[in-house]
Amino acid sequence: MPSSEAGAVRAAAVSARGWGWRHAGRTAQAVHGLDLDIAPGERVLLLGPSGAGKSTLLHALAGVLGGEDDADEAGSLLIDGARPQDSRGRAGLMQQDPETQVVLSRLGDDVAFGAENLAVPPRQIWARVHEAIDDVGLADFPLDHPTSALSGGQKQRLALAGILAMRPGLILLDEPTANLDPAGVLEVRDAVGRCLDKTGATLVVVEHRVSVWKDLVDRIVVLQPGSSSEPAVLLDGPPDAVLEQARDMLAAAGVWVPGYVPATRARTGAGTGAQTGAQTGARSETGTGELLLRADDLAVSRERPRRRGFKTIPPVPAQSGLSAEVIAGQALTITGPNGAGKSTFALTLAGLLAPVAGKVGAGVGLSNGAGSDPYTWKAQQLISRIGTVFQEPEHQFVTGRVLDELMFGPRHLGHGEERVDELLERLRLTHLVDANPYTLSGGEKRRLSVATVLAASPKVLVLDEPTFGQDANTWAELASFLSELLDAGTAVVSVTHDQEFSAVLGGTELRLDSAAAALAPGARQKAGAA
Amino acid sequence: MRDVLSLRGNHALLTRANPLAKFVAVFAVTLVLALSIDWVSASTALLAEFALFPLVGLTLRLLWQRGWPLILAAALGGWSTAILSADSGRTLLDVGIWSMSEGSLELGLGFMLRGLAIALPAVLLMSCTDPTDLADALAQKAKLPHRFVLGTLAAMRLVGLMAEEWQTIGMARRARGVGSHGSPLQRLRATLGQSFGLLVQAVRRASRLAVTMEARGFGGSERTWARESSYSLLDMWVLLGGALISAAAVLAAVAAGTWNFVF
Repeated sequence: MPSSEAGAVRAAAVSARGWGWRHAGRTAQAVHGLDLDIAPGERVLLLGPSGAGKSTLLHALAGVLGGEDDADEAGSLLIDGARPQDSRGRAGLMQQDPETQVVLSRLGDDVAFGAENLAVPPRQIWARVHEAIDDVGLADFPLDHPTSALSGGQKQRLALAGILAMRPGLILLDEPTANLDPAGVLEVRDAVGRCLDKTGATLVVVEHRVSVWKDLVDRIVVLQPGSSSEPAVLLDGPPDAVLEQARDMLAAAGVWVPGYVPATRARTGAGTGAQTGAQTGARSETGTGELLLRADDLAVSRERPRRRGFKTIPPVPAQSGLSAEVIAGQALTITGPNGAGKSTFALTLAGLLAPVAGKVGAGVGLSNGAGSDPYTWKAQQLISRIGTVFQEPEHQFVTGRVLDELMFGPRHLGHGEERVDELLERLRLTHLVDANPYTLSGGEKRRLSVATVLAASPKVLVLDEPTFGQDANTWAELASFLSELLDAGTAVVSVTHDQEFSAVLGGTELRLDSAAAALAPGARQKAGAA
Repeated sequence: MRDVLSLRGNHALLTRANPLAKFVAVFAVTLVLALSIDWVSASTALLAEFALFPLVGLTLRLLWQRGWPLILAAALGGWSTAILSADSGRTLLDVGIWSMSEGSLELGLGFMLRGLAIALPAVLLMSCTDPTDLADALAQKAKLPHRFVLGTLAAMRLVGLMAEEWQTIGMARRARGVGSHGSPLQRLRATLGQSFGLLVQAVRRASRLAVTMEARGFGGSERTWARESSYSLLDMWVLLGGALISAAAVLAAVAAGTWNFVF
């Protein structure tokens, strides 16, 4: 491949000798006594349980750990023999949240940003920008394309282009695909592969879905939480050898080892053996469960009607013509590509968004005297009837302590406090009762957010991407727990891309296609430009 | 996310002018109008501003859609001035404590026109200026510190995101039983709680964005600019236009004898 400059990329070597890091305000070290050598051009997948310091190592290599006043560093960590802070531009870092990987509002400007900061002459910058956009497969967009109109996978590829334009010898990816749908995951993985083949740069990627990256890397390093008695590197070697040697250990640590589906509790109730795969309208399976909720010819949107001078303009629906039934003791799974309006539909069904058209009606067994439209229910009426678990657990935290968080619903309702102990026990949160919810790990936050919603004993549970970014252990616990709830008569509605997860729950699948979604962005852009 | 500041589709002449030149012209007009409350200088400037609409790609309809709160505020300000200011001249309306005379009506009208004439240049500026280009001009031409300018620009992108997040947190909290019903005190507490949730998310997002920017080499003392901010002959005309409008407004008012210096 021709390159716009001679000697474009020089792959970087990494060397750690007894390296350790303690974050400011913490007593324990995030990384302790790390000895590791990575040769130029090597591609390394970094694994390990949460708390093993994977992200800390990546941030250190990217040279962005230096800002903490009161942090402690031990040993040495070098890129090509120099400290990362002193090697600006030698390493490029991509993080998990696509929204914060974009800096500027026009595509071309965003890619140019890193190169500008490295004081590359302007003429060379644009050559690099064109090449990078080409390499990540975004060349179909004009340079002034608004970055806000890109999908999650496209944003991550844009971030990769921005990194490539800096011509770094070391590319660092910190769970780059954890927030993406399956199509986006492959998009990003393939773009990374192409760019590495072309530039020969060194890669270090942290990701717990091993199967995605296994064929792209040539080495797996497993880290463990630092301590003075054990080395930080637990295992190190070619992917197949490491996976063979440590398959069970990795699986036990919650790593998604290829071909491994964690054991879950099987359904025993009405939902077993149910067929899935309805095309557009969800049909309820034959069963005796009570009809709790029903959607009739629903059109949904997150946007509220907008004011234009004296006129009120209804929003463009993200999806319309939706009908579904939610039945006690049965699962309803909502699937489909990103942007098809799955979450919007679920939130409308859950009484949190007003329908644009059509209606949501609660059966008498569910409404229990509160009226048939869940959107008109008061918050307290809602939580004992329909519980909704959001994708981001932090959005739902309302107190500063795990126990208060769980007691919040029951206290307001005046009953159900006895259930809290059982939930704490069942979701392994007992040892955390006094902790601040915001300080928990990702898996703990997820378990807590499910427990808090269930503490109000709703008859319908709605979950938005409950398994996104979760490790295999949390996944299995969650799936088993929901299967229990279903057998006990709760209806479970979940928005998910995770086929294994919906297989455990059984029930009916409602697949939304992107036909309406394909129209919506254009229509929205038109509205935005007007 | 909807980009409220997006300029897409606007190819009017003044979108090509340097943002700094436009900024200076707008500043000049605004400053002059702020010096006097009278309807002659205000309406002279207002007429000139309306004449600029085609050059910045604005139409009356777009103005009403984007700027109706401004227009209503100006109208309301004028109306209340007309009713409440000291009376002079013939009385036109007298209802109890409210009265309107020729003098107060003139003052109210001047007030309304002046409000519009001062607000409109800013609307004109924003409708033909991309924020990124403005930042480029401020950093390269006005020599403001680039860390400050680019940091602000990147943070502005997050504002739209925060608006979406506010809605999501509101729903997420309703799903926990925190309602926006109840007594004013309960509502206040619910809003404060939601604000705290948003604050936490804003800080998280901001620190992640800061890491992204730092990892892309942001913060060094030297940087180059891929988009060079430059002046053209058009910018001369922009400055001249700003000066002309200001001068015309003052001269018209002085000639009509309505100029009244506020300070």
